[in-house]
Amino acid sequence: MTVYPVAPQVPGGLNFGQPVIDTDIHCAVPSPRALFPYLTDQWREYITTSAFKGPNDTPYPGGAATSALAGTKPEDGPPGSSLKLIQEQVLDAWNVEIGILNPSYSVDSISAPDTAAAMAAAVNDWLINDWLAKDSRLRATMVIPTRVPEMAAAEIDRVGDHPGIVQVMLPAVAQSPYGQRRWWPVFEAIERHNLVASLQFGGASGFPMTPAGWPSHYVEEYVDMAALFQSHLLSIISEGVLDKFPALRLSMIESGWSWLPGFFWRFDKVWKGLRRETPWVRELPSEYIKDRMRFSLQPLDLPDDPVIVQQIFEQLDSDSLLMFSTDYPHWHFDTPEGALPVGLTDAQRSRILYDNAASFYGFGRYAR
Amino acid sequence: MAVALAQSSTDRRKTKYPVIDGDIHPTLTSPRALDKYFLDDEWRTYHQTIGGRGFTGTSVPRTYPNAARVDSYPPNGRPSGSDLDFMRMQLLDAWDFEYGILQPLLGAASMRNQEYGAALSSAINEWQIAEWLEPEDRLRSGLAIPYENGPLSVKEIERRGSYPGFVQLLMAMRTSEPLGRPKYWPIYEAAEAMGIPLGIHVGGQGGVPITGSGQPSYYIEDHTGQSTAFQTQVASFIFEGIFERFPKLKIVLIEGGFGWAPSLCWRMDAAWSKLRGEVPKLRRKPSEYFAEHFWLTTQPMEEPPVPHQFVQMLEQAPWLQKKLMFATDYPHWDFDAPDQCLPDTELPAGFEEALMCGNARALYGLEPREKAAVAVAAG
Repeated sequence: MTVYPVAPQVPGGLNFGQPVIDTDIHCAVPSPRALFPYLTDQWREYITTSAFKGPNDTPYPGGAATSALAGTKPEDGPPGSSLKLIQEQVLDAWNVEIGILNPSYSVDSISAPDTAAAMAAAVNDWLINDWLAKDSRLRATMVIPTRVPEMAAAEIDRVGDHPGIVQVMLPAVAQSPYGQRRWWPVFEAIERHNLVASLQFGGASGFPMTPAGWPSHYVEEYVDMAALFQSHLLSIISEGVLDKFPALRLSMIESGWSWLPGFFWRFDKVWKGLRRETPWVRELPSEYIKDRMRFSLQPLDLPDDPVIVQQIFEQLDSDSLLMFSTDYPHWHFDTPEGALPVGLTDAQRSRILYDNAASFYGFGRYAR
Repeated sequence: MAVALAQSSTDRRKTKYPVIDGDIHPTLTSPRALDKYFLDDEWRTYHQTIGGRGFTGTSVPRTYPNAARVDSYPPNGRPSGSDLDFMRMQLLDAWDFEYGILQPLLGAASMRNQEYGAALSSAINEWQIAEWLEPEDRLRSGLAIPYENGPLSVKEIERRGSYPGFVQLLMAMRTSEPLGRPKYWPIYEAAEAMGIPLGIHVGGQGGVPITGSGQPSYYIEDHTGQSTAFQTQVASFIFEGIFERFPKLKIVLIEGGFGWAPSLCWRMDAAWSKLRGEVPKLRRKPSEYFAEHFWLTTQPMEEPPVPHQFVQMLEQAPWLQKKLMFATDYPHWDFDAPDQCLPDTELPAGFEEALMCGNARALYGLEPREKAAVAVAAG
């Protein structure tokens, strides 16, 4: 008999005795109509007559145990669509000072450019009006019509200065590796508005998401997403994006991070042998990553072994890279204590819970 | 011979243990060198007129011509890697290798015309036997197969797979579909029946970009990215239940590194613990299949900035000690020398010997040889 593990009840949260920044809370558009206030008559009419239900490509299968903890689904919408539940189950439960919303709405899967631009703008206005305006603890990741970078840059110019918008969503499964020049207008706009470029799990570019084509199973796709993040880091560093845009910072959301040490070793070594191909890359790739990138904590992808946890921190050669995340409403841990790796030092814990994210995004006492 | 051996050895610190090299690349002396090995005139003519047509659009200067070491060109003017005598002098004799496993990278399986790919595979195998395996007793190789076509691959395995010099099936890692998919199962069935491992080398072409988001721009991305592709292939093998379907199958991952192994295991196990209903064929944790069914060659060696982190990696995935096999990647630029490749730190007892020869002897069934140390002692 096949065993389908069932997601447990959403953990109650913990009071860590200090403020917390949650860098990965997924909010969901409850229905196409929720965006109607932010669409023109033309789009309302077209969506209605074509019965367009919004992008139906989701990186998170609705029935998969990892997609939603029990108790996260409001009566009238998908998990993550209720501000009230997010307030209760995340912001209050975890003593969150600032929580970043990452909307799970696949604008990037929409192939028609004007439709994608209209829906991206509607989602961003919905984030601003239906979420940011209603709880001062919230910040948001804006979405963009990724397939036409110039249109994406225009959308960043339109809403990028809103104080609640802190970063720009770049889904991992993309049209091309994110270092490539087609994306530079997007990075230019992100830098212009002092935002963060945020690579996030998922994406629906229409292309296969592994180097050998389309995998059969969701569990493979889930595992393979880490390799795809590695491909983007190779691209971003090798193309010289971080030299071209010296103020650009990037967050990797739901990427995993226990793969970083092995990736550092490999990339640094090959760079030593091949660096004359990309002479604009002037220091070890791992140094660029440690200087300019941060990673959300979940999923941990680590054993519950304090020795191994400390080995990984030693190999990372940094306590600054990780930013606390619940990844609400996804299931990664069963008890509140499971939200953190085992055996952290007090300093590591405190940095992960607050300082790393606050200094990266310029929150609280780190405001710039 | 003994004199030549001694001379070529005097400038090398000898290795402590016999050495088996899991990755040596022989090349053709000229583009026409395979012509005479085609089994029939029709495909020979095709080879001479139309020739190879693979997957296009990936041209970029690759820093070193043919990835070759600058000192690997034989004095007779032939291409790097094409001269057996020079290879003996520079590699096999220089370190007194016990065995060396060849990996000809001639791309037969990447041909869009799969029947031509099959004919090319046969020609490559006859060339390997005639020019490398018969003349040099220390060499072994992989049987080239047109692996994008299961039935044609099985045909070649039946035709030539039992030649004793072939110790694995030669595959490349860049395939048209993830390697766990059913189109490849006839190969696994035949390999399991013969008890021959699959050797999967980096590279190849399957018509799919090396990133999950399209073609990258630079060679460094392609080179470094090979290890990302290996990770997805391992996930495919495991989650498709290949090792429940073919429980005796053994797979060697060649030139993809191994620093990624611990974290891939952790990630696969974590994902499987929650999503295992989707893959009911699996009866064990993904990491257990990895530990049992996969071997990995060492070049390009992992080089953590602090050497003892190499030992931490072995602690995190202890099974690696039984699965890592030394390789040089001769004559390529990123060559690892057997007396210089290991990190300068205290390694677990028995590990160096297992890596240099023990693991490969056990996997490939290679008889230990008396270490031909006479010449060294004389030198």
